[in-house]
Amino acid sequence: MAVFVYAENINGIYKKAAFEAVSYAKAIATKTGDSVTAISINPTDSSDLLYKYGADKVINVKDAGLKNFSSKAYAQAVNEVFDGNVIVFPHTTDASSVAPMLAIQKNYSLITNAIDVPESTSPFQVKRRAFSGKGFMHAKADAAGVIVTVSQNAYGVKENAASGSEEVKELSIANEDTKVINHEQSSGKLDLKEAEVVVSAGRGMKGPENWGMIEDLANVLGAATACSKPVSDIGWRPHTEHVGQTGKAISPNLYVAVGISGAIQHLAGVNSSKTIVVINNDAEAPFFKSADYGVVGDAFQIIPALTEKIKALKGA
Amino acid sequence: MKILVCISSVPDTTSKINFTADKSAFDKNGIQWVINPLDEFALTKAIKLQESQGATVTVVNVGDAGTEAVIRKALAIGANDAIRVNTEAKDSFSVAKEIARVAQDGAYELVLMGKESIDYNGGAVPGMVAQLLNFPFVNAAVGFDVNGSEATAVREIEGGKETISVKLPAVVAGQKGLVDEKDLIIPNMRGIMSARTKALQVVEPSNTEVKVEAVSFDSVAPRAAVKLVSADNLDELVRLLHEEAKVI
Repeated sequence: MAVFVYAENINGIYKKAAFEAVSYAKAIATKTGDSVTAISINPTDSSDLLYKYGADKVINVKDAGLKNFSSKAYAQAVNEVFDGNVIVFPHTTDASSVAPMLAIQKNYSLITNAIDVPESTSPFQVKRRAFSGKGFMHAKADAAGVIVTVSQNAYGVKENAASGSEEVKELSIANEDTKVINHEQSSGKLDLKEAEVVVSAGRGMKGPENWGMIEDLANVLGAATACSKPVSDIGWRPHTEHVGQTGKAISPNLYVAVGISGAIQHLAGVNSSKTIVVINNDAEAPFFKSADYGVVGDAFQIIPALTEKIKALKGA
Repeated sequence: MKILVCISSVPDTTSKINFTADKSAFDKNGIQWVINPLDEFALTKAIKLQESQGATVTVVNVGDAGTEAVIRKALAIGANDAIRVNTEAKDSFSVAKEIARVAQDGAYELVLMGKESIDYNGGAVPGMVAQLLNFPFVNAAVGFDVNGSEATAVREIEGGKETISVKLPAVVAGQKGLVDEKDLIIPNMRGIMSARTKALQVVEPSNTEVKVEAVSFDSVAPRAAVKLVSADNLDELVRLLHEEAKVI
């Protein structure tokens, strides 16, 4: 039997999270001796991109009615083509909106925010993120089938080429409950949850006018930018950049925190970052206790200098 | 309009999270309980609709008697009444079933809640409730308004936002941005006094079936001691990130 995976695309283009979900599904299939079937709705990208990470089969759902996203209609579409016991979703906003609806439709267990391959596949048991990153839970599925969402950047994207085949499925799902009025996509900005490097700053930056140097450092690192809660609360940066317990939880390879003291609520959202660098002029800032590397000093001098040095390294 | 706001009672955001010695459960010793912050955004939005459109706001919580202090706080914030489903919250599915039943019995036109709770981070209850009720579902809402039988929601999407119209009844799961942090309502003395006399109905659960069990818990492993680099020696920081951590 196949392990299924929902390969999310945005405007037809596969997201990194889709490749990660396929990689994860492949890891399960390798354990269970099964194949991997990916489901995607109206992709324009080539299925070859999914074969590369281990998809043996790609079902491309074609449905003009699903041009715009609707959790309910998308869940119904996935339900019509998914006929296995396991399906993997990325834990993105859209996919993790579809997964709970599908769980009810299929009467399956739903385990969200998985951070590792399952400890057991029968019964399905996996380690997942809980307490906003302040702890972990080993969750066991009780139903015959399981839907699992994979926390972004937790497992990683792993190439595992398969010689896949494609099937096109024409559906016609009624999608009348919601209607898109306006769609704003900021171009050229890295998605914070997908980013492998994140540069984040707090009140220590003294004002929004000083964010240019944070953006310069982020640009040279190919990083997304983020901020602490007080900074988004006072409107220096948009809410979408707030990382922490009540903002976004992220797991980049490198998290650079500038002028952030490291309150427990902030740490909760970032402590699964693989490497943490803290730059703060207060040597007593609690964040240093949770950092791998630290620099005590004036961010206004350190950040431009660090940007130049990294630029030199990258240019070398 | 009848609005149902679902609230979860969660450890205060400053809580250190510990588990029992056998790691089988969350250690509740010394924990202060609060309304799940993401649910508080939803509650405040509901109170705004109560003020602007004369909506009634009922709060529902699935929990044992220990959650009543948090429910009273929601009443003090301005909810008209409350319902507690008298059972310990076990998993997303069983909680969603109880909420859906309450929503159906009360014929609510709008079900509002946070997109996830900050304790178990399931993020599953809102979508499950929507499916059980067969209502449209908007997740990660950062804006919401009602206009007659239709509503407009702004939802966060990866790298942007989308404004959609949604037919009521609907389930909307909010997050930070649904209302501004500064607009969150801190209960005043009048609110606290009136909360004491508001109806808090206790109903027995209908369903105890769970689909996911918590087998055990782990704490976060501590990091090794920080390597401090002098501000005058950023070359060393770059070297460490390049050669040791291999992240740049």
